[in-house]
Amino acid sequence: MPSYDVIVIGGGTNGLAAAHRLQKSGRKVLVLESAATPGGAAVGHEFAPGFRAPGLAHIANMIDPRVASGMALDRQGLSYVAANLTSTAVSATGDHLVLEGAAGAVLKGNISDADRKAWADLRRQLLTFAGALAPFKAMTAPRVAKGVGNEYMRLAKLGLGVRMMGKDDFREFLRMILINVYDVLNDELTDSRLKGLLAFDATLGTWLGPRSPNSLIQLLNRFAGEAAGNRAAIALPKGGMGSVAAAMARAATEAGVTIRTGARVEALIVEEDRTTGVRLDGGEELRAPTVISAISPKTTFLNLVGARHLDTGMMNRIRHMKSRGGAAKLHLALKAAPDFRGADLKSRLVIAPSEEAVELAFNAVKYGEVPDRPVMEIVLPSAHEPGFAPDGKHVVSAIVQFAPHAPKGDPDGIRLEYVRNTLGMLEEHAPGIGDLIEHAEMMMPYDIEARYGMVGGNWHHGELSVEQMLFLRPIAGIAQYQTPLAGLWLASAGTHPGGGISGASGWNAAERIIKEARA
Amino acid sequence: MRMEKLTDPRLHYLTPLRQTPFHPRTAAANRMNSWGPWGGYTTALVFDDEAMEYTAIRNAASVYDLCPMVKYRVRGREALAYLNRLTVRDVGKLSVGGVQYTIWCDDAGKIIDDGTLFRLGEDEYRICCQERHLPWLLDSAFGFDVEIEEVTEEIAALSLQGPCTAMVLRAAGFDVAGLKPFRMATFPFDGGELMISRTGFTGDLGYELWTTPDHALPLWDLLFDAGAPWGIRPIGSNALNMARVEAGFIITNLDFVPVHQAVREDRVRSPFEMGLDWLISWDKGHFTGRRALKAEGEKGSEWAFVGLDIEGNVSAEHSLIYHDKKHEVGHITGAVWSPTCKRNIALAHLKRPYHADKNGNLWVEVYAMRELQYVKLMLKATVCQRPFFKPARRTATPPGAF
Amino acid sequence: MIYDAVIVGAGHNGLTAACYLARAGLKVMVVEKNDWVGGAAVSRELYPGFTYSNCSYVSSLFRPEIMRDLELPKHGLQVLPYEGGAVFMEGGDYLGMHRDHDANRREIARHSKRDAEAYDRYARDVLRHCRFIRPMLLRTAPDPSSFRPRDLSELAWLGKQIFGLSEMAMYDMIRFWTMSIADYLDEYFEHPTVKAYQAVASIIGTALGPMSPGTAYVLLHHAMGDVDGNVGAWGFARGGMGSITKALTASLKAAGGEVRTGSGVEKILVKNGRAYGVVLENGDEVLGKRVVSNMDVKRTFLKHVDEADLPGAFVKRVKAFKIRGSSGKLNIALDRAPKFTALPEGSPYVKGDMHFTDSIEKMERAYDDWKAGHYSQDPFQDMMIPTMIDPTMTPPGKHFMSCFVQYASPKIEGRDWTDEDRDGFAKTCLDQIEKYAPGFKDSILHYEVRTPRELEKEVGLTEGNIFQGELTFDQLLFNRPVPGCAQYRSPIQDLWICGSSTHPGGGVMGAPGRNAASEILRDIKQPKKDMSEAYAVL
Repeated sequence: MPSYDVIVIGGGTNGLAAAHRLQKSGRKVLVLESAATPGGAAVGHEFAPGFRAPGLAHIANMIDPRVASGMALDRQGLSYVAANLTSTAVSATGDHLVLEGAAGAVLKGNISDADRKAWADLRRQLLTFAGALAPFKAMTAPRVAKGVGNEYMRLAKLGLGVRMMGKDDFREFLRMILINVYDVLNDELTDSRLKGLLAFDATLGTWLGPRSPNSLIQLLNRFAGEAAGNRAAIALPKGGMGSVAAAMARAATEAGVTIRTGARVEALIVEEDRTTGVRLDGGEELRAPTVISAISPKTTFLNLVGARHLDTGMMNRIRHMKSRGGAAKLHLALKAAPDFRGADLKSRLVIAPSEEAVELAFNAVKYGEVPDRPVMEIVLPSAHEPGFAPDGKHVVSAIVQFAPHAPKGDPDGIRLEYVRNTLGMLEEHAPGIGDLIEHAEMMMPYDIEARYGMVGGNWHHGELSVEQMLFLRPIAGIAQYQTPLAGLWLASAGTHPGGGISGASGWNAAERIIKEARA
Repeated sequence: MRMEKLTDPRLHYLTPLRQTPFHPRTAAANRMNSWGPWGGYTTALVFDDEAMEYTAIRNAASVYDLCPMVKYRVRGREALAYLNRLTVRDVGKLSVGGVQYTIWCDDAGKIIDDGTLFRLGEDEYRICCQERHLPWLLDSAFGFDVEIEEVTEEIAALSLQGPCTAMVLRAAGFDVAGLKPFRMATFPFDGGELMISRTGFTGDLGYELWTTPDHALPLWDLLFDAGAPWGIRPIGSNALNMARVEAGFIITNLDFVPVHQAVREDRVRSPFEMGLDWLISWDKGHFTGRRALKAEGEKGSEWAFVGLDIEGNVSAEHSLIYHDKKHEVGHITGAVWSPTCKRNIALAHLKRPYHADKNGNLWVEVYAMRELQYVKLMLKATVCQRPFFKPARRTATPPGAF
Repeated sequence: MIYDAVIVGAGHNGLTAACYLARAGLKVMVVEKNDWVGGAAVSRELYPGFTYSNCSYVSSLFRPEIMRDLELPKHGLQVLPYEGGAVFMEGGDYLGMHRDHDANRREIARHSKRDAEAYDRYARDVLRHCRFIRPMLLRTAPDPSSFRPRDLSELAWLGKQIFGLSEMAMYDMIRFWTMSIADYLDEYFEHPTVKAYQAVASIIGTALGPMSPGTAYVLLHHAMGDVDGNVGAWGFARGGMGSITKALTASLKAAGGEVRTGSGVEKILVKNGRAYGVVLENGDEVLGKRVVSNMDVKRTFLKHVDEADLPGAFVKRVKAFKIRGSSGKLNIALDRAPKFTALPEGSPYVKGDMHFTDSIEKMERAYDDWKAGHYSQDPFQDMMIPTMIDPTMTPPGKHFMSCFVQYASPKIEGRDWTDEDRDGFAKTCLDQIEKYAPGFKDSILHYEVRTPRELEKEVGLTEGNIFQGELTFDQLLFNRPVPGCAQYRSPIQDLWICGSSTHPGGGVMGAPGRNAASEILRDIKQPKKDMSEAYAVL
C-alpha cells in the first residue's frame, strides 16, 4: 500500500486546491471523495433523461486567481461560454433592466438618469470597499492577540490600504461595513428592479433578508470575487460548473495527487492525541501524518473526530456554528425555450421585483415555512451550448430563495408547496412556462444536505455571516485552518474566506500548512 | 415525621431559602438561631457554641447537614468514558463503591468546580459539588450514551465527623470498621437504604451518610441516640470552616472563583495554580482542558496555592501578602488560629515564584479590629505543607476505638 | 442679553448639558416648545389625581455620575428599584422573575431545569460586556479618520481596553456585538419563554426583530445601566419619570440657569457660518454665543437650519439618518388593580415588567407587521404598574399602568396615522391585556394613546423614534449621528447637538448632554466644574 504525507477528506474545489498546492510543495497527497466524481457542489448531474443540471452552483464568480493560475485551469480545459455574463432584472411587464459588465457597469433599459448616476456612484463606492476587503480573502485570518504569528507586515499594508481609500470613503466604509443592504439601496436608488436585483444578490446563499443588518457586506464579498479575470464579474464555464471541477481534478492528478472516489471517511484515527489517518466506511484504514478536512467543519468535528478527542467548550462552539441554508435549487426540463417576455435567455435572469419582495420572501423561512412569492436567479445553460438538453429543449437552473432548512411539517409536502409557489412566480414572469415542463427537480436545503453533505444545506458549510467571518470562522479559536488535534487541518468553505466555488480556503490552508512545516 | 411539601410548585417564592429535610431537628437544636444561606437553603452557622462545635469535630463526633450540596446523577453505557472526558482524574481507577475527590476544567484548563465522584454501580455515578453545572454537564454529554440528572432534592445527607464516629455508627447498628477511606457501603435502614461513605471535609476520621429525604429525620434521631455517650453534637458552618482550613481543603467561591462565574477574567485558576495538578491523569486519554494544561505544565503557571504559617496569633483572613514588605504578591483566602495545631494558619494565593520563597521574606498585612479601631500589623509568613493537621486516625482501617 | 449658551429643548439631555454649563459659570437659557419641561422624561396629570409617566417609564441608564454631580437627590430625585416581572404564556402558565437568585432559579426550573442553571452564566457573560462598555459612555467617541492627537490618544485608549481582554473574550465580544439576540440566546437556553423574556431588552425601541443581527447589542444598551450599582437592574423614578427632569430643572435654576417654556424654536440663527441664537415661534429672538440643540439631528438640521448653511454631504447623511419609530405607548388610569388569572394571589410579579409574548417567534412576527407598514396584530407589550411600588402617582388603591407597545410603524401603509388607526392600535393592546386579566377594561378610568404620530407631534421625536435614531452599528459610536460629526459639534460653528442622536444614544441616560457640555467647556477652555469622570469599573 502506498503511503501518503497528506490525506484530504473531500474532493470538492477546496479539497482539490489544497491537494494540488501541497503535492506541488513536494508532499504525497491522497484525496478521498465519497461521490463517484470529484468536485462537490460543482458537479453536474442528469436530473431527467437527456437533461443535465450544471451543478448545485451554476455560475462562477469567486474562483481564486491563485487557484486558477496555480492549477493552470485554462490549460486543463476550463473555458467560458460567457466570461462576463449579463444580468437581467426580469419584470413581469416586460420592462426589463439589463446589467452589463462586471457588477452592472452599464445599465440598459428604461431607467432614470438620476438612478443611472446614483448607481454609478454607489457601484464605485462598493467596488472600492470590496477592493479593500479582497486581499484578506487570500490570506489566513489574523488572530486578535499579541505575539501569535500573524502576518503583521501584510496586515499593516492592508490596513493602510483601507485607510488610504480617502477620508470620505474611509468614513463611509466604517459606517457601512455592518449596515443592511436595504437601507443603502433606498438611500441611493429608486428603481425597484435594480434594488430588487441587488438585494437578491446580497442575500444569495445567506440566512439574512435585505433588511437584516450585516447584509451589505455580503454584497461586498460578492464584488470582491472575480471570474475569468474580471473583478466582480459572473462567468459561465463551458460545459457547466462541472468543468471547473473536472479541470481542477485533472490538474491535481497531473501534479501527482491520487484521487480516490467512492471513498467515504467514517472516522479519523486518533492516537496519542494526534490524527494519524482515517477510517473508511468499509473499515479500511489509511494513514498519513497530516489530514485535511475539506468537508463541513461541523461534520468534521461532530462526526469524524467525535467529542471524546475534543474539549467541551470547543464542541459547544462548533455545535452553535450556524449553518442554515436558505436557498433551494430548482431544475426544470423544458420541451422548448421559455419566454420571459423577451428577456435574453443567455443572461442571468433575476426575478426579484423589489428589495421589499426579497425581504418578504425571507420572512417565511424564519419560521420554517416557505414564502408564497419566492425570488430567484435563473440560468439556462442550454441557451449557451448544446449538451445540457436534447436539441430544441432547455434546462432551467434556478436558485430559489428563501427555503427553510428545518421545515415545520412534512418535508415532502413542504417541497411540493414550494414547487407550486415557485412555478407560480415563474408563470407570472414567463407565461406558458408551466406547459413546457417535462420534468422538475426541487432540492430543498435538506435535500442539499443529504446530497452534498452540506449541513443545513448551507453552501458555505456554515453561514458566512459577520459573526462567523474572518477570525471567527468556522469558530473563534480555530480560525487559522489548524485544529486543536495535532495533524488535523481544515480547508473547506466553512473556513475563511468562505464558499462560492473558489478554492481559496483550500489554497490558504495549504499555504498555512507549508509555512507551519517550515517554522 | 415527613417533610411538608409545597402543594403548588408555583409558590416556591414564599420560601426563597428552602429548608433541608433535617430542618425540624436542626431548628430545634439551633439555640443561637444563627442561620445563613447556602445554595438556596437555610443552613446553621452556629448551633450553640462555635468552639465547642469545633471541639466535637476533633474530639468526639459532630453532625453537619450536607443537603445543600448540589448532586447530579450520571448513568449510562458510556458514563465512564463521559466522566473521563469531563474530569481530570482517571475514573477508570474508581471501582464500584469507591469515591474520588476530583475537579473539572474548561478548555483553557481553568477550574470549573471541585467535588466528589461516587461510583454507585457499574454504569452509575453521582457528582456532589458546591455550584450548579447542569448545562456544562449536559453539553459535555454530547456524543456519549449517558444520562445526566440534577438530583439535589432527592437526597438527604449528613456528615458525621470526629474520632468517635466509627463507634457512633457501630452503636447505631452500622458496622463500618472495615470501610477504608474513599470507600462506601450500603445498609438497610428505616425500610429503605442508607449509604455510608468514608469521606469528609474535616481531615479527621469521618463519614458521610446518604439517604432519601423521607428517612432524614429517623436517621438524625438514630445518630443522636446512638452518639449520646460520645457527646455527639450538631455543628454549623463556622466550626466546619476551622476544621477544613486545618485540613487544607478548599471551598469553591471562597478559595477560588469557578470559571463560569468569574466576571473578571484574571480571577480564575488552573489545577497547577490550586495545587491540584496531582489529580491530573495524563495517560487516560483526552479530557477537556488537557491540551491547555499540558501547555501550562510546560510553560509554567502564574499562581500557586499554598499553606502559610503566620507569626503570632492574630488571624489573617482576607489579607494581602507582600514580598520584602513592599511588593504585593498574593492574598489570603482562608485563615484561622488552629486550636489543634496551636498555630496561626492560612490558605493563600501567591504569585510564582514567591510560593517557593526560602528567605522568609513574605509578610502579611493584617488589619486587626480591636475595640472599633484597626491595629495594622505586618506579620512574617512561612510557606508550609498542607494539611496542617493530619492525624493517623484519618486513614487507619479499622479506625481505632477512641 | 446674550447668553453664553441657548439650549433648544428641555429634555433630560438638554437640561443635563445646561446644568453642567451653568455650574461652570456660563449664562444659560433653555427654551422649550411645550408648556412643561421634560421632553420624553415627563410626568403629567392627564386625569385628576393620576400622574402618568407619559413616555419613558423606567430608569436604569441615567448615569449615577450625573445624579451626583448635579445634586439631583437634593433636588428631589429618588429612584426605586422594582421587583418581579412575568411573561404570561399561551397555555395559562407564566414565567416569573425574581430579584432573589434562588427564587429566580426555581422559577425558571419550573419550565426548564437546564435553563435555570444556564441563567447565571448568561448573566455573567452579559455583565462582562456591560463592564467593557460602561467606561465608554462618558467619553467622546474618537474619529478614526482623524490624525489629531486627541483622536489618536482616544483610539489608543480604546485599543487598550480591547487588548485588555483575553483573545477568546475579545472574539466573544465581537460575536456579541454582531449577532442577533435570537441566535445568542439559542446558545444558552432551550425554553422559548425563557428566551422571549431575555430578548425583551434587545427590541425595546428598536426597528429590528429579535432575529436581526445587531440586536444583541441593543440588549446590552438596556443592560449596561444600573440602580445603585446593581448593573442591569431597572427602577422607577418616584413620582414618574418627570421627576428626573424636574430635579434637573431645579438643579439648573439653583446654578443660575433659566428655562423658558411655551417657546418653540422657529429657526436657529446662523450668520457667516456661525450660530448666534434662535428665533422663537412668536418672533422673539434669544441670542447666545452658542446654540445647543437637544432636538434630534434630523429636526435640528432639516427643520430649523437653512440647508444652504450646511455642506451637501452632511445634509445627505442627515437625511439618510435612520430614525424609524417602532413603538407606541398606552398610559392608563385604573380604578383598581388588574387581576391576572395566571398569577397566584399575592405574588410579587405584578411589581415589575409584564409581557404577553411567550416566544421569540411571536416577537419576530410582530416585527414583520411593522416591516409591512402596520402596527402589530399581536403586539409585544412591556407593561408596568409603577403604582405597585410608587405610592405617589395615584390615589390609594388606584393604579397607573404603563404599556409600551411594539411594533408601531411611523406610517400606516405609507400614509399618516389617523385617529381610527390610533383607536384600532389601542384596542389591539387593551384586548391583549384583557385576555390575561378579565375585567381589566372595565376598570379603566382614562387612557392616553401615543402612536409614533403623537410622539413626534408632542415630544418632537422624529418618526416617533424614542432613541432619536436607531441603534445599529452604522449609527453608533463615531458613526452617531454622522461620521466625522460625532463629537457633538456640527458643521456650523457654535451650533452643538446634545440629544440622544449623539453618542452614546438613547434611553434616559443623560450621557449625551453631559458629554456635549464637556466638549463645549473644552472648546472654550473652561474648567469642567463638578463633572466627574466615569466611575471606575473594578
